[in-house]
Amino acid sequence: MHLRPFLLSALKSATNGGWRYHLWMGILTSIILLGGYAYSVQWRYGLAVTGMNDQVSWGLYISNFTFLVGMAAAAMMLVLPAYILEDVDFGRAVLMAEAVAVAALVMALGFVVVDLGNPQGSWHLMPGIGYLNWPRSLLAWDVIVLNGYLALNLGIPFYILYSHYAGRAAAKHKYLPWMYISAMWAVSIHLVTAFLLAGLPSRPFWNNALLGPRFLASAFTAGPAFVILLLYFIRRTTRYDIAEGAFSKLALITVAAAQVNIVMLISELFYKFYSPTHHSINAQYLFFGIGEHHALVPWIWTGIGLNLLATVVLMIHPLRHNPRWLIPACATLFVGIWIEKGIGLVIPGFIPSPLGEIVEYTPTWVELCVTAGVWALGLFVLTVLVRVALPIELGDVRSPYLETPPAARAGRPRSTRPRYEDARPVRTR
Amino acid sequence: MTTDRTAEAQTGPEDPSLLQKRVDRRGALSILVGGLAAGAAAVGACAPLSAETDEEREVKLLAWREYIKGNYRVMTEEERAETIARLERLAQLQRGVDVTIQSTGAQPGVLFGYAFNVSKCKGFRRCIEACINENNLDRNADTQYIRIFEIEDGVVDLDRGDATFQHEVPAEGHFYLGTQCFQCADPPCVKVCPVGATWQEPDGITVIDYDWCIGCRYCMAACPYWARRFNWGAPEVPPEEVNPNQHYLGNRARKKGCVEKCTFCIHRSRQGRLPACVEACPTGARVFGNLLDPDSEIRWVLANKRVFRLKEDLKTEPRFWYFSD
Repeated sequence: MHLRPFLLSALKSATNGGWRYHLWMGILTSIILLGGYAYSVQWRYGLAVTGMNDQVSWGLYISNFTFLVGMAAAAMMLVLPAYILEDVDFGRAVLMAEAVAVAALVMALGFVVVDLGNPQGSWHLMPGIGYLNWPRSLLAWDVIVLNGYLALNLGIPFYILYSHYAGRAAAKHKYLPWMYISAMWAVSIHLVTAFLLAGLPSRPFWNNALLGPRFLASAFTAGPAFVILLLYFIRRTTRYDIAEGAFSKLALITVAAAQVNIVMLISELFYKFYSPTHHSINAQYLFFGIGEHHALVPWIWTGIGLNLLATVVLMIHPLRHNPRWLIPACATLFVGIWIEKGIGLVIPGFIPSPLGEIVEYTPTWVELCVTAGVWALGLFVLTVLVRVALPIELGDVRSPYLETPPAARAGRPRSTRPRYEDARPVRTR
Repeated sequence: MTTDRTAEAQTGPEDPSLLQKRVDRRGALSILVGGLAAGAAAVGACAPLSAETDEEREVKLLAWREYIKGNYRVMTEEERAETIARLERLAQLQRGVDVTIQSTGAQPGVLFGYAFNVSKCKGFRRCIEACINENNLDRNADTQYIRIFEIEDGVVDLDRGDATFQHEVPAEGHFYLGTQCFQCADPPCVKVCPVGATWQEPDGITVIDYDWCIGCRYCMAACPYWARRFNWGAPEVPPEEVNPNQHYLGNRARKKGCVEKCTFCIHRSRQGRLPACVEACPTGARVFGNLLDPDSEIRWVLANKRVFRLKEDLKTEPRFWYFSD
């Protein structure tokens, strides 16, 4: 009975705000529209308007896809401690992490769709009317796990928010089993995406056992780093207080994963270059270039440099606990992983081709605009989700069908407001 | 060496769950078609508003029916005939060319194999030219299925080869090695397709249903021999150069956004003719035939020559061998 007012108030929360909010959403909308225009050009002339070719058959789109799947998976690093280990510091942060997961999934799926040569034919993937080549094709697995994860990350927060809106405690026995599934599912989305690449003996650059673990390590670096940025912004601009402990624990997760990631990078470099074989050729192109072909060399070293720099900063305890250092370091790490796990991972798999031919890749304006558009769409979704969740969690918005409207509750000091993990509405205390 | 694979190839493609699904889809689609017909009638009633000719209407209806058709592999004979009739009519209406599209199936007791004589090939690349014309390859993007590598004597390493040579051939101190789809017995490209748009036929040819392909290009990443090509834009073949002798799984018109590949000229080989590349080769470097026929030339080569295949370590079991005199 609270559903209609819930949706109406969600719409109200998402469409009302100060001029800064409207400016932000306006900018995002403009970029989405620009991306839409660029996509219309691609729709009309085909993928010929991109920089991709028969040799480098995946480009910027799939690069962003692999990175964003990691971002989505990383929400689990908060879900797991908050719900399953019942860590109180993460209680208030976890809904935001789930919003990040949803936004990342929207972008990841968006990038797959814009990469399709025949998007009108996507119904061929639907079991029943089409044919999904499951379990043989890893891409079929990916379709299932990504959509499943999206459903979980939409469903669980919706149930919790809706319960709070309706003035009820979210029943643990109802959502906790799904949380367990979601936590395991997060690992699966990223491993499946890694296996999608690692399962191809034709591409020695990807075809190694470390790819899956390395995906996880970099995901658990970039994901929590982004969540730190988001939480910091929320804490600065709203009265939603997030425990200091949440930041220090998240930063610890980030820096631990970043170190594991660097160890794995060293392992990979050793394996490829101590005794270089035929299978090292793509890595050679990526890190050092082959002859006059070295388009990715500055990219990857920039990425590695950013990662190293940020990791070192975060390893120093006083710096990690100081937002002046923590926030730039997290942003740096995010960009570093984006380079390493996106373009630095996908493109060199194709250069040289399996027949040894070298054709380089440079994205076109259409690709750049579509990519910006999909990112703007993701940030738009994230903003809306956070915007809807915050007032409910702050107790500012409650169902009108409740006997005591929240406005009537006067003079309650903020510090005694129940924590999110108590999941009990204010008025029952 | 291929006999155990043969049995698998002949039983492999038919998946009972696929056949089951067909019924549901046809039911669902017939409802959709009915709806469209009603919609078209409604639009027709307001005809004065649109200057649409009968031809344009027909193209639209045909295109819609093409859009909602199923995967060729699970179509009934009747459905196959229907889609072929539509495609032939569309070729007439849209491009002004009269084409004949076959649906000839694999012949019993046939498994195709190919051998390439590296000592005979002189790099003339007549095969590439013939392939382009025979298979209606995109002239705009200059799509080619065959690659001829010029490699220095002393190594067999494609990395050190050059497939873009522009000089008089044969060049001193070099030999020539051609690649194309090797029609692997265990094709990695087939396994990865998320929609089952590509499969291996019982005669060993790996084919693509161009209309079922969604253009994700996962198969292109999976192929260790770089045998697959993508239609990045709408392919262009001048109407007077179109080869009208076509096969649904072979050289018929492709649309933008689908993957294509060499099919050993399926429209010719299934009628007992040689692929265009074999016929065009001026040096006789190319040998093609039925691996199950003990008297075939390909069997003679396999029995009497030292043969090798590329990237044997990947275990894809190509049905394409190299040999020298």
